[in-house]
Amino acid sequence: MAIDFVARGQDLELKGIRKEFPGFVAVDNLDLKIPAGEFFALLGPSGCGKTTTLRMIAGLESPTQGEILLGGKDIAGMKPHERPVNTVFQNYALFPHMSVLENVAFGIRQRKVAEPLPMAQQALAMVELEHLAQRRPQQLSGGQQQRVALARALVNRPSLLLLDEPLGALDLKLRRQMQIELKAIQMEVGLTFLHVTHDQEEAMDMADTVAVMNNGHIEQLGAPEALYERPKTAFVAKFLGQSNIFIGKVAESNSETTSIDFNGKKITGLTSRSEKHTGKIAIGVRPEKTNFHEEEPAATSGLNILGPGEITDIRFTGVSNQYQIDIPDVGEITVFAQNVGRSPVIELGAKVFVSWKVEHSFGLADLPSGAEEAE
Amino acid sequence: MAFVAFGSQAPTKDQNPTKGGRVALWLLLPGLFYLALFFITPLISLIITSLKQPSLSGGIGRYDLGVEFGNYAYAITQYAPQIFRSFSFALLATVLALAISYPIAYFIAVRARDRPLLKGILLTLVVAPFFISFLLRTFAWKQIFSNDSLIVNLLKDVGIFGSDSYIIGTNFAVVFGLVYNFIPFMTLPIYANLDRLDLRLVEAGSDLYASPARTFRKITFPLSMPGIISGTLLTFIPISGDYVVASRDFLGGPDTAMIGNVVEANFLRIQDYPTASALSVMLMATIVVLVSAYVKRSGTDDLL
Amino acid sequence: MTKFSLGKFLLPTYVFLTFLFLMIPIGYTFVFSFNDSIKSNIIWRGFTLDNWLNVCDQADVCSAFGNSILIAVTATLIATTLGTMIAIALVRYRFKFRSATNLLLFLPLATPEVVMGAGLAAQFLDFGWNKGLSTVIIAHVMFTLSFVVVTVKARVATLDPALEEAGRDLYASPTQVFRRITFPLLLPGILAAAMLAFALSFDDFIITQFNSGAVDTFPKFVYTAAARGIPPEANVVGSAVFLVAMAIVIAVQVRSSLKQRKLSK
Repeated sequence: MAIDFVARGQDLELKGIRKEFPGFVAVDNLDLKIPAGEFFALLGPSGCGKTTTLRMIAGLESPTQGEILLGGKDIAGMKPHERPVNTVFQNYALFPHMSVLENVAFGIRQRKVAEPLPMAQQALAMVELEHLAQRRPQQLSGGQQQRVALARALVNRPSLLLLDEPLGALDLKLRRQMQIELKAIQMEVGLTFLHVTHDQEEAMDMADTVAVMNNGHIEQLGAPEALYERPKTAFVAKFLGQSNIFIGKVAESNSETTSIDFNGKKITGLTSRSEKHTGKIAIGVRPEKTNFHEEEPAATSGLNILGPGEITDIRFTGVSNQYQIDIPDVGEITVFAQNVGRSPVIELGAKVFVSWKVEHSFGLADLPSGAEEAE
Repeated sequence: MAFVAFGSQAPTKDQNPTKGGRVALWLLLPGLFYLALFFITPLISLIITSLKQPSLSGGIGRYDLGVEFGNYAYAITQYAPQIFRSFSFALLATVLALAISYPIAYFIAVRARDRPLLKGILLTLVVAPFFISFLLRTFAWKQIFSNDSLIVNLLKDVGIFGSDSYIIGTNFAVVFGLVYNFIPFMTLPIYANLDRLDLRLVEAGSDLYASPARTFRKITFPLSMPGIISGTLLTFIPISGDYVVASRDFLGGPDTAMIGNVVEANFLRIQDYPTASALSVMLMATIVVLVSAYVKRSGTDDLL
Repeated sequence: MTKFSLGKFLLPTYVFLTFLFLMIPIGYTFVFSFNDSIKSNIIWRGFTLDNWLNVCDQADVCSAFGNSILIAVTATLIATTLGTMIAIALVRYRFKFRSATNLLLFLPLATPEVVMGAGLAAQFLDFGWNKGLSTVIIAHVMFTLSFVVVTVKARVATLDPALEEAGRDLYASPTQVFRRITFPLLLPGILAAAMLAFALSFDDFIITQFNSGAVDTFPKFVYTAAARGIPPEANVVGSAVFLVAMAIVIAVQVRSSLKQRKLSK
């Protein structure tokens, strides 16, 4: 079967995908649509089903039920070698018995391209490795192997490129550098990228759209900023960055604001930024959106104020300081503050107040796991 | 794994075997069918033959189907000394081979670990005897220990030996030859095991104030047990059925015959197939009992 | 401390002496292949190259050697093919009767040769098959098969399944994946298994004696000749095989260490 070399990526759509393994369900009723040419990241902890999803799209696993549509055509029944999809494998899976050039040429040779070697050479040039064409993969560094794996997949100009934790084996510095390159290459070639990772920073940095996966389903999907600023579930709030989360019965909800009664204190958020407005709900805030004060700030309607509490821990992380503040009846609150030089009074044991703007609160659709029992 | 896997040092990859009924079947079937036809049915043939009775029409080597358990009684009463000798020789030779081989395996796997060249040379030397026919090697010992040889004459001159003493044909010569032939079979599995031994465990032992001897006894030796079991089986089983070393033409004499010698004589020379088969079945049964004790301990996936 | 350093010298000395001991019969066989013997090759009568130059003057030795090679090559080809297939299936697929399969493969390794030899001979007798070249080959395939499985299996286990997946992902059909990826990567293991099978078959005596009828093999020749004294030509053949095998082993080791050095560069 002839597989086209595409100029641009194609849409991918998953409809009701389910995958059962003996004893557990890895992916449960998954719906997903990735527009052509997009850099899409599937983010989640290990075991959430993201790799299984990727392998089903590649054809290396077959879904128990559901449809996989690529450019509108169902490819679920096709063998991996018949699909116009290529993968950059987690540990690259470069063929150790072939030179770098032969590795890159492998796919196009299989597709009976007239002059595979010049084409492979060109792909190597794109990742700036043409001078290593004759080496064996084992003689390359991790970063170089990663680029070879990328070139080997890209040279086929697939409708969809799958990346399975492609940067996972690299050290931090190299990973950040490769992130930039990977994104640049994606823009250049204009193909659809589906990137699977457990590294939230990686996903947010590169992807146009991020889907956060947990327990075989998608928790939330959206642009990185939207996901971060407006997490809708407790899992997303905690997996993507850190959050302070408060749980309580709704005390008041009108068209403007929604407040909960949290151990006698009132915590308010915008109604438009809340998923639920009745019963017991969770309201959260990002630690960097909070401030602390030595004196109690004047109460205004636009401000949530808690305190006073005691600073129990200070962590220096370079660009910011992280403070743990223990407030009676409220519990531990985490506050991030830019490292811009602070009053010397702010030290371990100091009494402070914490505040944040009401519009920075976010109301979740669910409660953090374990919150139901802990009444 | 434990039984015969020597040497492979590459880490194994997670295989996550897939269910591929048809493909697996076609890959397995020819080989397994072959073994069924030429390994399993011969064992059944052996049992059937061991119960046959002499043909009524007479004639040497002609037997009819039957259920003659008397063949077993005959084999046992007639060849009790040989049966006893086989297992005593096998036991003794296995213990001696273990004592000789363990330090060699330890030296190659642990002391020579960081010296690939030395390790390569030593391993080559361990397997070197495999490359020259064991019959020739055994025969060489016969010549070396023959009655007029340098060694025997030397022993006589020094006075350790009387003038009419000899080595060839004695139990000593047979056990000596067996030990010699099976040292590599013992050394390799122990080496393969010790080679994977994490030396940090030994360091931890000495760090925790154990003396070298105690560290060896409490850590190294117990951890090498799988290798020892493999080596022991690899040595004991072939020795118990061997008949070359104990043959009169090699290192044995009139009073050193083992089960193998009796089976050979009965089967190939006097064509008493039922007796030879009965002896083989008993030998096999003993080995099966021994091995199943081992299988019980380690499970079938570990065997290969 | 002194006790420790004594141990430091004790073990190497012991190892050296044991290796010396292991080499004695090999050296003896080699030296006596040059003996200018007349009737029996027991007493050293002087150095000659005659035995090496005219091995086939002792026609029996030569034809037995030829038979051994023929049998070993044929049995190796068959056993390596069957064994490799089994090894791949064992590592790569889940199937029923797995433990029964393992047991069936393990049993030949745990069976004394005399039992396998006599059993097969009894079966050939029952079936009325005449013993000859084909029966020896059948026997040799049978007892080398499990060794092949063990050796290849170890190699398959080190093969990253992602490599084959990468092949499938890059438009190779299952057969192409096997030809271009699986087989080349397994080749070292398959070759090692083939060499082992060849060595086992070539050196086998007991099973051969029970199932070869009138066909002479090299070990069988030595066994028969032992009664009246082994001719020096047999030493020549044994020594020559030894030298060739050692040369192969050393070449393989040198090659792999060179390769490793190149890779680490």
